[in-house]
Amino acid sequence: MRIGVFVCHCGTNIAGTVDSRGIAARAAELKDVVHTEDLIYTCSEPGQSAIQKAIIEKGLTRVVVAACSPHMHEVTFRRTVEGAGLNPYLFEMANIREHCSWIHDDYGLATEKAYEILKMSVAKVRQLEALVPNEVPVNKDVLVIGGGVAGIQTALDLADAGLKVTIVERETTIGGTMARLDKTFPTIDCSACILTPRMVDAAQHENIEIMAYCEVDKVQGYVGNFTVDIRKKAAMVDWVKCIGCEICVQKCPAKAPDVFNVGLAETKAIYIPFPQAVPKRAAIQVEHCRWFQQGKCKVCERVCPADAIDFEQQDEYVQKEFGAIVMATGLDVFPWENHYHEYGSGNIPDVISGLQYERMLNASGPTSGHVVRPSTQGIKGQEPEEPKTVVFIQCVGSRDESVGRPYCSSVCCMYTAKQAILTKSHVGMDTEVYVFYIDIRATGKGYEEFVKRAQTEFNVKYVRGRVSKLYEDVIDGSRKVIVRGVDTLLGKQVEVAADLVVLASGITSAEGAIPLAQKLNISYDEWGFFKESHPKLRPVETNTAGVFLAGACQSPKDIPTAVAQASGTAAKVLGLLSRDKLKTSPQIAIVEQNRCVSCWKCVEVCPFSAPQKQEQRDGTFKSHIIETVCQGCGICVATCPVNCITLKGFTTDAIIDQIEELLLA
Amino acid sequence: MAQATDTTQAAGTTPPDAGDEVKVVGIVCNWCSYAGADGAGTARLKQEFEMRLLRVPCTGRIDPLFAIKAFEKGADGVLISGCHPGDCHYSEGNYYARRKFELLDRMLPFLGVEPDRFKYTWVSASEGARWQKVVNEFVGKVKALGPREGRAL
Repeated sequence: MRIGVFVCHCGTNIAGTVDSRGIAARAAELKDVVHTEDLIYTCSEPGQSAIQKAIIEKGLTRVVVAACSPHMHEVTFRRTVEGAGLNPYLFEMANIREHCSWIHDDYGLATEKAYEILKMSVAKVRQLEALVPNEVPVNKDVLVIGGGVAGIQTALDLADAGLKVTIVERETTIGGTMARLDKTFPTIDCSACILTPRMVDAAQHENIEIMAYCEVDKVQGYVGNFTVDIRKKAAMVDWVKCIGCEICVQKCPAKAPDVFNVGLAETKAIYIPFPQAVPKRAAIQVEHCRWFQQGKCKVCERVCPADAIDFEQQDEYVQKEFGAIVMATGLDVFPWENHYHEYGSGNIPDVISGLQYERMLNASGPTSGHVVRPSTQGIKGQEPEEPKTVVFIQCVGSRDESVGRPYCSSVCCMYTAKQAILTKSHVGMDTEVYVFYIDIRATGKGYEEFVKRAQTEFNVKYVRGRVSKLYEDVIDGSRKVIVRGVDTLLGKQVEVAADLVVLASGITSAEGAIPLAQKLNISYDEWGFFKESHPKLRPVETNTAGVFLAGACQSPKDIPTAVAQASGTAAKVLGLLSRDKLKTSPQIAIVEQNRCVSCWKCVEVCPFSAPQKQEQRDGTFKSHIIETVCQGCGICVATCPVNCITLKGFTTDAIIDQIEELLLA
Repeated sequence: MAQATDTTQAAGTTPPDAGDEVKVVGIVCNWCSYAGADGAGTARLKQEFEMRLLRVPCTGRIDPLFAIKAFEKGADGVLISGCHPGDCHYSEGNYYARRKFELLDRMLPFLGVEPDRFKYTWVSASEGARWQKVVNEFVGKVKALGPREGRAL
């Protein structure tokens, strides 16, 4: 065995705290090590060439690179050694950057630790054997979970490229958050004019199937071969018959809160969220339906011209196969009512969220685009009052550690500027508009100019400071919301008597994001945003091969960013599915059958049903692990009572040798 | 490099406070805790120096005998960390691990290993700060106990 050891300086990232040259020289004393070298940037072209040169010239049969995390460059260096004719699995990485040089200051101690980490890797590389990947056929169909603008974009890109795409959407229509917006910044384009044609494109595309009012129930399998159980929720309406005429909605006598309009209006127990819904199909909200709650009514059934109402309908389950899955589950608005008690906890009618205001501004919204004070609505013999003074408060549920949200929601500065401009154009230029802000974050193309326009052209008054309290008071006989805050630039208290207060409520992950992530075995952060594999190297991939991310499910994003990312995701999916066969990791478990005692414990514990009972020539049964099904977790290895299962690449001998190498020193 | 000489001398010779020197083995899963430790590194979250990590695909791969072996060979502490329950990359490996390590945790004191020398826990890939806390608390406790008396179990 001839081991080569390469120690990286990573500029000063490692060499600043670790004596890379020194530990490379010392590694020469280790058993079987015949070549050591320190390299300034091992991952660079000269670095990789140096490794390949040494493999060829010194006849190396094993390689250890002490550098960064294997999550960063294991794949890179496997390719490097393979390029020089060495089996890529005869390679091991020692992580002396993330786990050493970056977390310690003491040069001597960090160098000593780095050397111990390196020694452990040398001990492990001695135990490695050459491995050859298997190939599995690939299913080329794609599942997109979530039918917002990101999901639609990914689906259209994939479908245009010839792949079959299924969009699973839990609401009765696709469209997501963007469908609820009135205008988009920084162009003040009509949101629906951009989105609804895309929704129709998706619905009419020969390669796209939209499964609305459905949810992903269960995911099995692995990259190239996922099996997904999808629950079709009972709409109590036969969607094959329903023609979306809305007669049932008009005649239904039971009122229900209008979720699409964020509670600003009421809808009916049978509903279609908005006029441009795709698919345009009705569904009954059972909890609000008179028939289901009181056992009488059935008005919808009587008026339906298509005979589509079906009170007996049950949830249905369908199973489908996919090669890749794209998560595009979007966002929810931060529930500020539960956290900002100083802003009235939602009990002051004239304090509303940004999304509610968006609905109010929308021509097809509950007020037909008229800006009104909610406190003056629905009073008999009185027209709703237009606000004369409107205050916007930014960073509600963003950049606020007191409510557990330290992150920036990235869109609120811009949507506030947009709404401030729209306020002036809807109500009149003489409206007083204030924006209380912490910092203005206008980093996109044309964004800063847009905010400037709000300030100069539309005379929106920007006040730098937080609002400490909102309360109602009567001033000169009229009901006002008193906004008490501070102007940190002038260093003084500010009080504004407002008619309407709009909170720039931040973004949180979509409800149900975490249970869904658990079904797909992908990582998520403490707020439920899905975690990308690497922010720069693999920004749309997850750590689960074959599962990708698009849009705000990964982090708060505006529409241009979400759409751009969604197309990037489509490109990655196309790259994966352009092959007919996929190579699977050869680091999998194998049974030494002559020692197997047929206890079937491996069969019981395997989450993937990889171990099977295989009949032998003598008629007995022994465990056999199907190579292409095994995911290499090693649960069976640690479970087998006679230790007859080996996990290639992570053998018991390799693990014990690492422990011994470390402790025998 | 000027400091290289000092380092080489430090190796193999006795550091000033060698009496308190402890060795801690961490066995972590690839998907959550190893990545969490990477995240802590990227964020330059300073940590106790004594931890040495060993990467396995899943905590479900870890045989409790690995921990016992480490103690037998002279480890002063063993930390095991994986994905939070419900978040296992392989669906349920950490559940099997939890049962085994709960049992091991209760058994080790009977073998003469103080409770603070063994810990199993969960750190996700996005919890760099939690990883730092776990390492510093655990190593701190092991250091307070000092090196283990007598190597045999």
